[in-house]
Amino acid sequence: MTMALSGQYMTNGLLAAGVLLLKVLAVIMPITVVVAYLTYVERKVIGYMQRRIGPHRVGYRGLLQPFADVFKLLLKEVLVPASANRFLFLTAPFLALVPALATWAVVPFWRGAALANVDAGLLYVLAMTSMTVYGIILAGWSSNSKYALLGAMRSAAQMVAYEIAMGFALVGVIMASNSLNLDRIVVAQAGGLHHWYIWPLLPLAVVYFICGVAETNRAPFDVAEGESEIVAGFHVEYSGAGFALFFLAEYANMILISALVSIFFVGGWLSPFEGLVPILGKPGLHWLALKMAFFLFCFLWFRATFPRYRYDQIMRLGWKVFIPLTLLWIGLECVWKAVGFGPWF
Amino acid sequence: MLAAYLAIPFFLVVAAGIGLFALAAGFVLGPRRPDPRKAAPYECGFEAFEDAHMPFDVRYYLVAILFILFDLEITFLFPWAVSLNHIGTAGLLAMVAFLLVLTIGFIYEWRKGALEWE
Amino acid sequence: MPDLRNFTLNFGPQHPAAHGVLRLVLEMEGEVVRRADPHIGLLHRGTEKLAESKPFNHSIGYMDRLDYVSMMCNEHAYVLAIERLLGIVPPIRAQYIRVMFDEITRILNHLLWLGSHGLDIGAMTLFLYCFREREDLMDCYEAVSGARMHATYYRPGGVYRDLPQRMPQYQPPADPKVHRSTRELERMNANRQGSLLDFIEDFCNRFPALVDEYETLLTDNRIWKQRTVGIAVVPPERALALGFTGPMLRGSGIPWDLRRKQPYEVYDQMEFDIPVGTEGDCYDRYLVRVEEMRQSNRIIKQCVDWLKANPGPVMLADHKVTPPGREAVKQDMEALIHSFKLFSEGYSVPEGETYAAVEAPKGEFGIYLISDGANKPFRVKIRPPAFVHLAAMDEMVRGHMLADVVAVMGTMDIVFGEVDR
Repeated sequence: MTMALSGQYMTNGLLAAGVLLLKVLAVIMPITVVVAYLTYVERKVIGYMQRRIGPHRVGYRGLLQPFADVFKLLLKEVLVPASANRFLFLTAPFLALVPALATWAVVPFWRGAALANVDAGLLYVLAMTSMTVYGIILAGWSSNSKYALLGAMRSAAQMVAYEIAMGFALVGVIMASNSLNLDRIVVAQAGGLHHWYIWPLLPLAVVYFICGVAETNRAPFDVAEGESEIVAGFHVEYSGAGFALFFLAEYANMILISALVSIFFVGGWLSPFEGLVPILGKPGLHWLALKMAFFLFCFLWFRATFPRYRYDQIMRLGWKVFIPLTLLWIGLECVWKAVGFGPWF
Repeated sequence: MLAAYLAIPFFLVVAAGIGLFALAAGFVLGPRRPDPRKAAPYECGFEAFEDAHMPFDVRYYLVAILFILFDLEITFLFPWAVSLNHIGTAGLLAMVAFLLVLTIGFIYEWRKGALEWE
Repeated sequence: MPDLRNFTLNFGPQHPAAHGVLRLVLEMEGEVVRRADPHIGLLHRGTEKLAESKPFNHSIGYMDRLDYVSMMCNEHAYVLAIERLLGIVPPIRAQYIRVMFDEITRILNHLLWLGSHGLDIGAMTLFLYCFREREDLMDCYEAVSGARMHATYYRPGGVYRDLPQRMPQYQPPADPKVHRSTRELERMNANRQGSLLDFIEDFCNRFPALVDEYETLLTDNRIWKQRTVGIAVVPPERALALGFTGPMLRGSGIPWDLRRKQPYEVYDQMEFDIPVGTEGDCYDRYLVRVEEMRQSNRIIKQCVDWLKANPGPVMLADHKVTPPGREAVKQDMEALIHSFKLFSEGYSVPEGETYAAVEAPKGEFGIYLISDGANKPFRVKIRPPAFVHLAAMDEMVRGHMLADVVAVMGTMDIVFGEVDR
């Protein structure tokens, strides 16, 4: 009797685990495809900004280019420098990749559609997004190359610079929503375009997005890579698949930051026409996707426009502009909280 | 309650699996032609002067310590911000006082030049 | 606690910002540069020695390959030196053509400098914008000389040939897989319907707006300013002591320009201003060069107007030095002899020595020429501006960060062809 019951529990458990696994794959697989096509879009968008046409040889209008890139990278030799710490050298790409993908567990795509709809979601996001940088530092250190080491040092400096401002910006969001649950943060913004947090928290939104750009090592904060300064920085010694993992992590992080900014500040899956237009006003995944696309475009736009910061200047920006600004805004929110303000507090 | 967290380990495993798969594919599909020059650390085409693992000056050391302090303070702010609706004005004022102390400390650091690390 | 050590870092030659083959050995304290030691010679081709073993005219092509970004200016200095020893002066039209192409070259050089300087600091779009305009100017090179870079267009006694009456046009692509519509082709050829001068005039009219476009991306950009203002400040007295010339000197506030101070060709008849900086930092040198592009554009315009109105010979008729031309060779015995003598053994230059310098885009490019009366130079000494500037590398980057090293390298506008010779 007990045996049979536990056996049934086992099958049920296995079944549930299988279903969960499929769900996880259903999230991760589209993300990897989006990553692949983000590289294509990046090359096309920046190409057009620079009066070029971008990739156009592989497939119709170059649409198969990302696959060609993936296969090329996988077919290259995986080099491990002789003087490198072999174990750490091969572990580092995982440290960068795993958080970039695992954070998606708590990201809600529409109402209740997060795989892990947990109450500590925002803490998890904060913890995971901060992890990526350790992969970079470890990669730089374990390569045993001076350029890589400089890249790692810069990455550490950068983290020191923006992590706090990022945290403060999120505190601002929590103060408005009173929840760490990403799902509820979006729901709290329901009620129309003017309920979104971007209006009262605009400076925090800007700070958070800029910190996100910095965290993903994208221009103008790409000092850890610093193409023209330290050649490729932390991944100068990586080739083939190892490099591909860093690449995947960077782009997955870009998409993640876009999703998070959309969720925290511009109402996630909510429609901007909520309550105004009957069909367009319906919430849905497409709104989230549109908002993410906009922020992703901004990533590319920045890259085509701005020169690169020097890494001590990022530190100055973080400590002397962002932290005072976010502190000030939290103080302001305290006042709003006490006296009530608009539909948000 | 806790069941909701179950997806997270699955995500970690699948993400690591993807990485492992790619790396394994790289090792299996890619060529292996070892060469001492190829395995030497990159230093712009010349032999490295010395090992990169050595103690050297990290100039933002002081800022890094401040960073840890501030990061800890943020962790205080999270539970407070979540429960703002339940702790009333007293709770709000308590944190305002805390934030003021924090700000004064920050201004002190700034004036002392701890942020001028270059 | 273990001792903190400075470490030594190889920067280049295999580095994206090494501007060719510069090898810097940097002594670093963390990210801060304590000492910079430029190692040169990786592109040494022995130009000076090679020139001693061939007739004078054969070395003009070597001059293009010195500073391969400002080709005709290098030729100019060499040709000028020969002309001074020979005691000849080219026809006035040739002088105008030379001035015009000197300025086209200046814009060519500054465009490449601007693009790569921007790229070094991370602004990559500018690079492609600059190359768009370089394309047009290189077409001008091609139209007069047949070569897009190494023109060998200036010759002692004038220039190789007169400006073409028809600007070469884009042709339909030969590769059938490449599709280009007739309309697109027409659009591309729209400003190539007339002569070369029409094309250049059209360029001059377009160019100021394009410079504004570059400036939009950089001049008021906060990041650009943070990366260049106050970086590698060279006070005027140091700039003089270090032997700086060109924009490097003018950036420090000294209005020294050979085109004004020792006018050659017809520069004394040109109207242009000489921009100078005030602080002597990377940003000032950037502003000076951008303004120089506008001034060059002004000079080109004046030359175009004059050249349109005044046809005439572009080469002296002294066939001891200049070729008599193909038609004359077929009809005239003496011309045949001249042609044969000129192309086989060249001409003899009277004994003597001279120094001829031009204001090349990068600074004073000089040729010190000694002739012992033979048909080959006894000694050619090249004074490249970038060599002198590179010597100041240590002084300029000391105490700055690694990221500033690339900014300084960009601001120096180094090309290794002329540094290593």
